[in-house]
Amino acid sequence: MNFLQLKKNNKRDFSTFKAIRVALLGDTPTQLLHTALTGYGFEAALQFVVYEAEYQQAEREIMDNASGLYSFNPDFVVIFFTTEELYKAFVHLPVSGRAGFADTQLQLFDTLVNTIESNTNAKIIFFNFWLLPDGVFGNYSNKTPYSFTYQLRAINFGLMQLAVKHKNLFILDADSLQNQHGYNYRLNPAVYVTTGVVTNPEFLVPVAQNITQIISSVTGKFNKCLIVDLDNTLWGGVIGDDGLHNIHLGGLGIGKAFTNLQLWIKQLKERGIIIAVCSKNDENVAREVFESHPDMELRMGDIAVFAVNWDNKADNIRSIRAALNIGFDSMVFLDDNPFERNLVRKELPEITVPELPDGPEEYLSYLQPLNLFETASFTQDDTHRNEQYKKEAERVKAKQFFTNEAEYLASLYMQVTTGRFNSFNTPRLAQLSQRSNQFNLRTTRYSEKDIERLACDACYMVFDFSLKDKYGDYGLVSMVVLKKQDGNFFIENWLMSCRVLKRGLEGYVLNTLAERALAAGALSLIGEYLPTPKNNMVKDFYPNLGFTPLAANSWQLNLNNFTPVKTFIKENT
Amino acid sequence: MTQQDVLQQVQQVIREELDNDDVAVTPETVADDIEDWDSLTNIQIMMALQKKFGVKFTALQINGFKNVGEICNCILSTKA
Repeated sequence: MNFLQLKKNNKRDFSTFKAIRVALLGDTPTQLLHTALTGYGFEAALQFVVYEAEYQQAEREIMDNASGLYSFNPDFVVIFFTTEELYKAFVHLPVSGRAGFADTQLQLFDTLVNTIESNTNAKIIFFNFWLLPDGVFGNYSNKTPYSFTYQLRAINFGLMQLAVKHKNLFILDADSLQNQHGYNYRLNPAVYVTTGVVTNPEFLVPVAQNITQIISSVTGKFNKCLIVDLDNTLWGGVIGDDGLHNIHLGGLGIGKAFTNLQLWIKQLKERGIIIAVCSKNDENVAREVFESHPDMELRMGDIAVFAVNWDNKADNIRSIRAALNIGFDSMVFLDDNPFERNLVRKELPEITVPELPDGPEEYLSYLQPLNLFETASFTQDDTHRNEQYKKEAERVKAKQFFTNEAEYLASLYMQVTTGRFNSFNTPRLAQLSQRSNQFNLRTTRYSEKDIERLACDACYMVFDFSLKDKYGDYGLVSMVVLKKQDGNFFIENWLMSCRVLKRGLEGYVLNTLAERALAAGALSLIGEYLPTPKNNMVKDFYPNLGFTPLAANSWQLNLNNFTPVKTFIKENT
Repeated sequence: MTQQDVLQQVQQVIREELDNDDVAVTPETVADDIEDWDSLTNIQIMMALQKKFGVKFTALQINGFKNVGEICNCILSTKA
């Protein structure tokens, strides 16, 4: 992807894409970034509607609540301040003031973020600052707070702390991008001097890519699962031919390349990516490597689904998808074999299939900059997600032994904990509302701030449901937001993790809602379905639960003659 | 490389960067004559020309180009 291609993308048809309003505020000209960003939106099926603040008017627009920025009503505010401008401010300070430069700047940034947060619900994407080695102190700049380098790094660190503090603030790691591509790739001095533009058009390609990835993940589209091949992908050689003792793995020779890849995959797993294996091998032979090879970093316990057989890989990936209940568009498939990659691409076009380089030593340096696993959240729960999916895959297997659905459900000994809002579950509720696409009736996304606000609003009731069964604990998996409306309760959103489909949880949730709504004096529940490309599975959800049609895509359930739905779930006591 | 060769290739770069195959230039052409050739697309064109011909323009040269002919002359003299 190059700048010219992004520019040409702008002439293509965006009409079917989701529109996202992005305000672009910069201290240098932002028109080229605008072009690159809207062009990159095409690649992610997003239509960015962009507002560009007047050149160097960023701070004023933020501080003035009657500015064009706020009347634009952005979903995202991108703040693109540059090191070049920062440097001008730094050098004009008296030497005595320079050691406090980072603190002053960070206070300003904190104020700007606070002001945006109090005026809009927009998410903020703030560029950190690329390094500008000014050669004034040399390496000693790392040893004195009076150097620009020292202050710049303090600012970048401080920005990370601000991002931890502000839920709506995300950092675009511009420094890391310059580090990947190089200072000279980012800045052309002649262009800078003649136009004030600090970024070469080509450098704006990865910048636009990363902004898009942040926006995609915040709006609920990101990769959740990594599927890996085995021979010559996870280890060097072919286990069926070479045997356990002859495959390349560990600290010697090219084994290092595979070990490093495994260490990386293990880290992805620990941060919540589901790991599955898809390989043409004898299952027992492949399994033995995971169980007995001393240099394997990944073990069977790290793998949620182990699809190892001689079937076609596209079919195996379909069965992995069925076991995990996630979309193909949230999967990444790694395979060294171009034939398998092309087959999977052709059969399952939604899946991401990186074009791995020929040499295994280049796998990581190729994969890491692709930024395939951008995320908008991380909670302690994520560390255990892989195990939860692994148990889910075991349940799917166990289910095959039961011919009778009811008998199977009864055998699970399911228990639900019904919760009301509290500060402990807010991050998980926000995350669930961002991650759920299929079982999501109105696809309203809630940030942590939104949920806190709803909890304090007397017109709203927020319920959450946690499920466990004999195989393990799913954690918080469903959420419903009710809004009081003329003696009825309108279901502003109802969503559920697809990990717990077909357990009867939705029936249990309905029973609970009906009981609570009736107790609160409501006459009926009103449900609405807003179709998206992903939530077709709940199209007939309300009629199937016994709601009667009210209007197009809207149904009503009279609470006075409501008969509870039969489920196999007990309240956890 | 003759001035005519350079002119042809410069025209090709401008066509690509402006995504417009109808662009035709002579040594006398100035940016204002060409639709979409503004200060921003000029950045793309300058970067692309430097890459294509393996030359480096100074800021003074970029600021001083009066017409396409001067760009071609600069490329020819730098390459010689």
